[in-house]
Amino acid sequence: MNITLKLYANLSGLLPARAQRNAAEVEVADNASLNTVIDQFKVPRESAHLVLLNGVFVCHEDRDRPGRLQAGDVLAIWPPVAGG
Amino acid sequence: MAWTKQILRVNLTNGDVSVEPLNMGWAQEYLGQRGLATRYFVAEVDPTVDALGPDNKLIMATGPLTGTMASTGGRYSVITKSPLTGTIACSNSGGFIGAALKNAGWDMIIFEGKAPSPVYLYVEDDKVEILPADDLWGKSVWEADELIHKKHQDPQIRISCVGRAAESGCLFSAIVNDLHRAAGRSGVGTVMASKNLKAVAVRGTKGVGNIKDPIRFMREVTAQKKVLADNAVTGQGLPTYGTQVLMNVINEMGALPTRNMREVKFEGAHSVSGEAMHEKRKTDGKPNLTRNAGCFGCTIACGRISTVDQGHFSVANKPEYWGNSGGLEYEAAWALGPDTGVDDLDALTYVNFLCNEDGFDPISYGSTVAAAMELYDMGVITKEDTGGIELTFGSAEALVKVTELTAKGEGFGKILGLGSKRMCEKYGHPELSMTVKGQEFPAYDPRGIQGMGLTYATSNRGACHLRSYTVASEVLGIPVKTDPLETDGKPELVIAFQDATAAVDSSGLCLFTTFAWSLENIAPQIDAACEGDWSVEKCAEVGARIWNLERDFNMRAGLTGADDTLPKRLLKDAANVGPAQGKVAGLDLMLPKYYELRGWTTDGQLTDETRSRYRLPA
Repeated sequence: MNITLKLYANLSGLLPARAQRNAAEVEVADNASLNTVIDQFKVPRESAHLVLLNGVFVCHEDRDRPGRLQAGDVLAIWPPVAGG
Repeated sequence: MAWTKQILRVNLTNGDVSVEPLNMGWAQEYLGQRGLATRYFVAEVDPTVDALGPDNKLIMATGPLTGTMASTGGRYSVITKSPLTGTIACSNSGGFIGAALKNAGWDMIIFEGKAPSPVYLYVEDDKVEILPADDLWGKSVWEADELIHKKHQDPQIRISCVGRAAESGCLFSAIVNDLHRAAGRSGVGTVMASKNLKAVAVRGTKGVGNIKDPIRFMREVTAQKKVLADNAVTGQGLPTYGTQVLMNVINEMGALPTRNMREVKFEGAHSVSGEAMHEKRKTDGKPNLTRNAGCFGCTIACGRISTVDQGHFSVANKPEYWGNSGGLEYEAAWALGPDTGVDDLDALTYVNFLCNEDGFDPISYGSTVAAAMELYDMGVITKEDTGGIELTFGSAEALVKVTELTAKGEGFGKILGLGSKRMCEKYGHPELSMTVKGQEFPAYDPRGIQGMGLTYATSNRGACHLRSYTVASEVLGIPVKTDPLETDGKPELVIAFQDATAAVDSSGLCLFTTFAWSLENIAPQIDAACEGDWSVEKCAEVGARIWNLERDFNMRAGLTGADDTLPKRLLKDAANVGPAQGKVAGLDLMLPKYYELRGWTTDGQLTDETRSRYRLPA
């Protein structure tokens, strides 16, 4: 299935070359967990700090669970960052 | 150094300058900077005073760790009564002047009265002079800074200055120091200009002293610097991407207030984000971001130094803006960008330069422009009002034009200088002002980040993110992750952040250390430097005391619990997309519990028991 993957800050270089504005449509396995996708795109697990699925935070414990991802979902990932 | 134990009192009306010992009893209860200066202010100023009258006072105060080798120990604060909100104002700034003031031997300067003609204060250690500033009046901050440096022939002088915006009465004027750091919020610059005080120039050469236990202090400071360096946020994230990395985060969550908070996602967010600042422009092949920058003693260095493309319409034929200067921080970028619908990064950078050059708060300013754009959209404000400017959402050209007017207090810029609340009232639509207690919102929509709704409603200086930055927990997971859409537990969270923040703001350290540090890291540094016992518990108690003292001042100034609210748009109009779709700000679910936990009455008044617990002045 296809999802939109967004990688930000110093993770942006891990996106496929065709990516624009930190986002690319990518193909992932139908039963992929979030960590499957994180590993597929070589995002170091410790750098997958802020993980938002359709804008909602997914905690570490839930990232191995298959079935969360649906076709058309938006998965956005940041390393540890802050602002204010 | 820790406390120098002496303060300066400057009477601008009669030109008297006097030296007083610091009230060490108060220092033990209020620490320094925000807390201690507020204690002085409350003792000396009638809460109902006219904020722009000569009886208002203005205090510039350092903390006990300002000027020391503690990381980020360069902060100072300006405390006064705000002309924008009618509440206590306390604006905090970095840069270098705080450390200079401490190195000159002063914990704080209390300004009172009003000079008969424009002046500036020159402090060179013990030498303190009120000097004429007729030649500086009418100049921008940047021009005045250069003239003062030339006059004294000393590049090491540090200067805090107001610009033409403050001189012309813009109610959200800032006091800018070191060219592009600012005590930015609540109109503290407007108060300074109302006293005919153009600038404070400081040269401090006395160095460090008065540390209680120097060896323990050095050991603590070194250990805590390592914590900052080893932390992924303070060691890598902030120096590389600055606060602007939040633009895409908050947009992705559907909590980015857009077009005067009508919407919660901005289609152009990426174009004005921290990531975009790193990308090479198609026009000149250079990125917007030149480098990061740090304030005095800082080992994080989150500041942005940027350039605008020389061919960009905003600076074409203006070579004075072609160099590097203070770039966009997240809150400014949001207010000037998504809130006005403008997605032109270089235009926002230029406008931000102007906010620094003439000293006005880009958060309040951008938010006011956004309200004006909505009124223009409705046909309430017309081209007749704006002097021919088509003030439509998304127009970078209009934003640039009205900013140039606001900087000088001319034309429609004079109207914008009223701030969002007064401007919307003037045009008969107070409901379009996105403010609390008259101060404009920062960059987090409380429909998508519920704790921020309570933060804004209860902030002692009007809507503000820096009074309890629950975004750290609700979005970033610092110190623990909480659900941003949930209201349960948020009163406790907000109080914990409010109290800890008040303590940090009184220490001389930067709040950004708290992305890696807690009071467990900060208290030992204070304890090693300062007389007395400065445990974590005492620091938290001092924070709570400060919060209640500020609240008490506001209540005496005439505010009530009814002022602890949010605009109807956030309470009634649900978010239209994203995770918060269908949600409004659940303030009614949080405020009663907040009052109860604070020990206040159900209508938000302090009780005698609470006053007594914190030993507040009668």
